[in-house]
Amino acid sequence: MRRLLDKELLLKSSVSLREGAMIPLSQFKEGERGVIVKVQGAGAFRKRLQEMGFIRGTEVSVEKYAPLRDPVELIVKGYHVSLRVEEAARVLMEKQEEEGA
Amino acid sequence: VTRETITVALAGNPNSGKTTVFNHITGTRQHVGNWPGVTVEKKEGIIQHNGYRLRVVDLPGTYSLTAYSVEEIVARRFLVDEKPDVVVDIVDASNLERNLYLATQLIELGVKLILALNMADVAEARGHHIDADKLGALLGVPVVFTVGTRNQGIKELLNKVVEVAEDRETSSRHIHIAYGGELEKEIKKIQDVIWQDPSIGKRYSTRWLAVKLLENDGAARERVGTLGEIGGRILAQAEAGRARLGEIYQDDTEMVLTDQRYGFIGGALKEVLRVSAETKFDVSRQVDLILTNRLLGIPIFIFFIWAMFQLTFTLGAYPMAWIDAGVGWIGGLAASALPAGVFRDLLVNGVIAGVGSVIIFLPNILLLFFFIALFEDTGYLARAAFIMDRVMHVIGLHGKSFIPLLMGFGCNVPAIMAARTLESERDRILTILINPLMSCSARLPVYVLLAGTFFGASAGNAIFSIYGLGIALAIAMGKLFRVSLFRGDSAPFVMELPPYRVPTLKSLLIHMWDRSGIFLRKMGRVILIGSVVVWFLGAFPRHAVVPPAAAPGRISAGELAADSPAPRPGAQRSGHGGGVSEEERLRLEGSYLGRLGHLIEPVFAPLGFDWRTSVAVISGFVAKEIVVSTLGVLHAAGADVNEESEVLRRALRASGMTPLGAYALMAFVLTYVPCLATVGAIRRETNSWKWTAFSITYSLTLAWVVAFVIFQGGRLLGLG
Repeated sequence: MRRLLDKELLLKSSVSLREGAMIPLSQFKEGERGVIVKVQGAGAFRKRLQEMGFIRGTEVSVEKYAPLRDPVELIVKGYHVSLRVEEAARVLMEKQEEEGA
Repeated sequence: VTRETITVALAGNPNSGKTTVFNHITGTRQHVGNWPGVTVEKKEGIIQHNGYRLRVVDLPGTYSLTAYSVEEIVARRFLVDEKPDVVVDIVDASNLERNLYLATQLIELGVKLILALNMADVAEARGHHIDADKLGALLGVPVVFTVGTRNQGIKELLNKVVEVAEDRETSSRHIHIAYGGELEKEIKKIQDVIWQDPSIGKRYSTRWLAVKLLENDGAARERVGTLGEIGGRILAQAEAGRARLGEIYQDDTEMVLTDQRYGFIGGALKEVLRVSAETKFDVSRQVDLILTNRLLGIPIFIFFIWAMFQLTFTLGAYPMAWIDAGVGWIGGLAASALPAGVFRDLLVNGVIAGVGSVIIFLPNILLLFFFIALFEDTGYLARAAFIMDRVMHVIGLHGKSFIPLLMGFGCNVPAIMAARTLESERDRILTILINPLMSCSARLPVYVLLAGTFFGASAGNAIFSIYGLGIALAIAMGKLFRVSLFRGDSAPFVMELPPYRVPTLKSLLIHMWDRSGIFLRKMGRVILIGSVVVWFLGAFPRHAVVPPAAAPGRISAGELAADSPAPRPGAQRSGHGGGVSEEERLRLEGSYLGRLGHLIEPVFAPLGFDWRTSVAVISGFVAKEIVVSTLGVLHAAGADVNEESEVLRRALRASGMTPLGAYALMAFVLTYVPCLATVGAIRRETNSWKWTAFSITYSLTLAWVVAFVIFQGGRLLGLG
């Protein structure tokens, strides 16, 4: 049973309803950007990421991959942060088209 | 006149410039220690301001107060249990949204808060205009602008601290982060249960406790669990609340709460933050196009590290030579001024030599830490970790472990101290434990002596293989410890890459001075005591010439006869000035150290070590270069031999040592405790005798096993 409580939640759940279009962040190429739909994984991991600003609906762009292809540098909420590729794979995104960026 | 003491806690995100602000507030009047029971550094300082005595405590830099990491637990425990009079949250004004997350938790905790918008200049330069008054009104806290690097706003901040502590600040007002209908209902229900016992509300903010329980916070649950019957009812109510909310939101309640906090921040920022035409040219990003470039990143990193080592060890060589000469001069002075006897011996060979062995490291430590501080304060350290993480992750370590491990090849002491740059305690201890396997420069003379003696032209390969063996063992032990001692999922590699900054000389110097001070004060004690003990073992009993006719004595007597012709003529021919030879050798053999060598010889026999090697290995606890001089004395080649000494090489060959035995000894020297200074560093940095004892035990065991496998395995293969 799902009761929608406020506008914000309504907005968020409408994002998550389109789960078919979700792409793991780890598949993004350098320079690509998208909006977080969902963060998967164990509680501690999700919580830590959320606290660092990886919240549903937040825009993330891939700045660059490290010289050895792992980890990956991201820009979220205006600051630069790095995640291992295996961790980025747990962040499910909706890609934004170039012209929309 | 001092009226009272106000305790001020500085909280803030890593990279918010908190340390710089702390340094400006306290200057050199700061005390560095550890938080009880953990390896997290605790800094505090006491200053006078407007007639008040301010005790300023620098909390560990954290992104939140969730109590997942040790740093968060420490910070939270201090805030909840010690109830500082005022908390200053140092906020990076140019990165307001994420930095305010911690502020929401502090507000919730119900502390008397001041928000310091630090790096206000950077924010302004980026076109971020912040309406501080409005932000203060929305959050119910006074807001002050500061520029830590230029010492601006610090005085105003301290004035505010006094105002808030004295409850004279009008903008202080307790607000609630509103979570919305259903969440608020559940918070209220839990609070209702808590209020049934009024004593709980006196110790904790009931709203904070209720929110924490809804978040299923381990530390909060533990506290409530100790409250007896009422505690049980509170937990049950929280459980019911979580279940109901989980049903409604289809997600864990803690995630929903985090969402809501960011929602609150987002709402506030819409009103207070105005971004005027965001500057497109971001210097930091441009610099990173080169420094973390796909092709150039690794070569540049290697160059920086190479330069750091070159400068440290070439520049450091001069003061080291002066210190060495100075210690020798003082020793000589004491030796000539005092009458011969135990006291002179203790002073010259025990205390002065012991102190000398400590301060000789000081130039290298000062220089290495200057460079580490430079890497850290500019922001390059995070990039180095970014570049190297892929490699370190193979061993289950964090990218930031790379620099401490690499420094180990120079000297393990500063290397272990550099493990402080790691945020996670588990990574830190693991890095410290495997660090001694990085073969430090003091072990090289031993390798040169043995490889040069037994491997001729392939000496270089033999030495190189020992370094390789150290790295292989470090990888193996790292993996082993990761699956045994440090089980569980490692912390996510969520590492901020802060903008590059020009460091202030003041903070670089304070950083360097902190490290060196710790080294001298805390480790010096361990090293000094250890040196005196080993001196005592080697110097007593005073006049024993031949060991008692016990079993070990007989063996040595036989050996004496067997190998005395070889070294002695050699010593005479070369006219060795040391003048120790036979008498000194017999005296050392008869000492406690010599007897100990005989006593533990059976333990070392399977590794191919005779009693002399055993004694050398024991004395090598103090420092590895002593192994060479001890072998020199015991093989009657003189104490002032060096690794190139032909006399000692001949004596070693004549002693029955085989190439295989020599290689086993090299492997043993590689693997066991590097020196007392390292033990001191491990004790200091892990803040635990347990880990120190573990480190010694495991390295000795590993050394024995490795040498055993090499020696016995080699014999089976017919190599020796």
